[in-house]
Amino acid sequence: MDIKATMAGSVWKIVVEEGQSVQENDDVVILESMKMEIPIAAESAGTIKAIKVAEGDFVNEGDVIAVIE
Amino acid sequence: MIKKLLIANRGEIAARIIRTCKNMNIETVAVYSEADKAAPFVSMADEAYLLGPARVQDSYLNVDKIFSIAKETGADALHPGYGFLSENPTFREQCDTAGIIFIGPDSQVIQKMGSKIEARRVMKEAGVPIVPGTETAVASPDEAVQFAEHIGYPILLKASSGGGGIGMQTVYSAEELIKAFDGNQKRAQTFFGDGSMFLEKKIEAAHHVEIQLLADEHGHVVHLFDRECSIQRRNQKVIEEASSPFISDETRQAMGKAAVKAAQAIGYTNAGTIEFLVDDNEQFYFLEMNTRIQVEHPVTEEITGIDIVEAQIHIANGEKLAFEQTDIKKTGHAIEARIYAEDPVTFFPSPGTITKLELPEGIGVRHDIGVVSGSQVTPFYDPMIGKLIVSGDTRDEAISRLEKALDAYQIEGIKTNIPMLKDVIEHPLFKAGQTTTAFVELFYQSIKK
Repeated sequence: MDIKATMAGSVWKIVVEEGQSVQENDDVVILESMKMEIPIAAESAGTIKAIKVAEGDFVNEGDVIAVIE
Repeated sequence: MIKKLLIANRGEIAARIIRTCKNMNIETVAVYSEADKAAPFVSMADEAYLLGPARVQDSYLNVDKIFSIAKETGADALHPGYGFLSENPTFREQCDTAGIIFIGPDSQVIQKMGSKIEARRVMKEAGVPIVPGTETAVASPDEAVQFAEHIGYPILLKASSGGGGIGMQTVYSAEELIKAFDGNQKRAQTFFGDGSMFLEKKIEAAHHVEIQLLADEHGHVVHLFDRECSIQRRNQKVIEEASSPFISDETRQAMGKAAVKAAQAIGYTNAGTIEFLVDDNEQFYFLEMNTRIQVEHPVTEEITGIDIVEAQIHIANGEKLAFEQTDIKKTGHAIEARIYAEDPVTFFPSPGTITKLELPEGIGVRHDIGVVSGSQVTPFYDPMIGKLIVSGDTRDEAISRLEKALDAYQIEGIKTNIPMLKDVIEHPLFKAGQTTTAFVELFYQSIKK
């Protein structure tokens, strides 16, 4: 399942690693938008299969940030 | 005399400054980032130049580029607006070196007021009440308790290097203080490498009230009364009004006098604001001084009839203030509602394209706004896109105009805080003028469905 950006912004921090298992609502990355830090959380528990962004990247709403299995 | 002014800012405040310059027949130079190339303030200015990419370090904080544009265009003065370079003492010095008039106080004053500890010391010396607290670190829980007996509970225990609320706790008794001391000291040591702890009296149910000042370069200082700014979310103001419905005229005068005295003591020049916390008994305490124009300045303009940007330019020209304290009268009541591009419930930002914008018009309705229909609200800058300012003969009339204006405000394509603003002004505590800085947290959360 894809974890998507809920709004446009830049990737401030990636808080998980590929292969890491996460619980539902665990933060995956933190975006920075309009001077505010916005955590993007996993919608379900699973393992992080891939991280599609790097810190500092600019993402648009709907862009895939990570893939969870 | 200033003939050409560069505005080192963006959005609604850049547009607001340009408007006054047009009235004064001063030429304007706008500077903008790639993200702002279609913004209204860019086309409003007589000349406009690209600073660089959207990131603030590449654009609105790109000092070298700003100076080279100022030089090329022959701008003789610079208005920093608020945020960005407005309270940067080094930038002010660089303006002096470059021979450009900076619209604001001198660098020493900016520096002093920028340091919380130094500002507190300076204000105390000037006889302005500050929140009672320790001047130096307290070494042990015992020492903390001794001091706490002096100033009375509740006490705010604070880490001197703290930030983000870490190492900070409110305590209501000696027992709680002893319990909290070691844990917070350890946490502060871990997080900041500095475990020194301070105590401050906790002002409960505080109101945020501030005094607008104008000071010329000839030692003449006046105040333009007060603004009530207690309604805040994430420490950012949302609704401001003039005058404060909470304080008495007696308190208002005492605060005005204290602020003028403080400004004289520190050699303040140009426009500035002293922010105070006011407790339930109308005791007021210095919070901080903003050495620039403030977002909420229009409510003061509406009740005094004084254009604060115009006054700033006259002062920067070296002119004497054209009025005495006794000439300054306030009439009616004004309220400002800040329009934020954000989710009204979570307060999360909502960038996007404004597909439709229709602004309410009518007597006593003013818009200071940085966007038009079709504007992009980008994720790079502050979410405030504009301000709706209403005024009336009485507070009730102003509230009623604000209700109608918010109902008629049509903005589509992005989420805004307008539903939240409507809830707040319907609240009995707002109607009674009794809101404190805890209002949004305590009451708005309970209104939300």
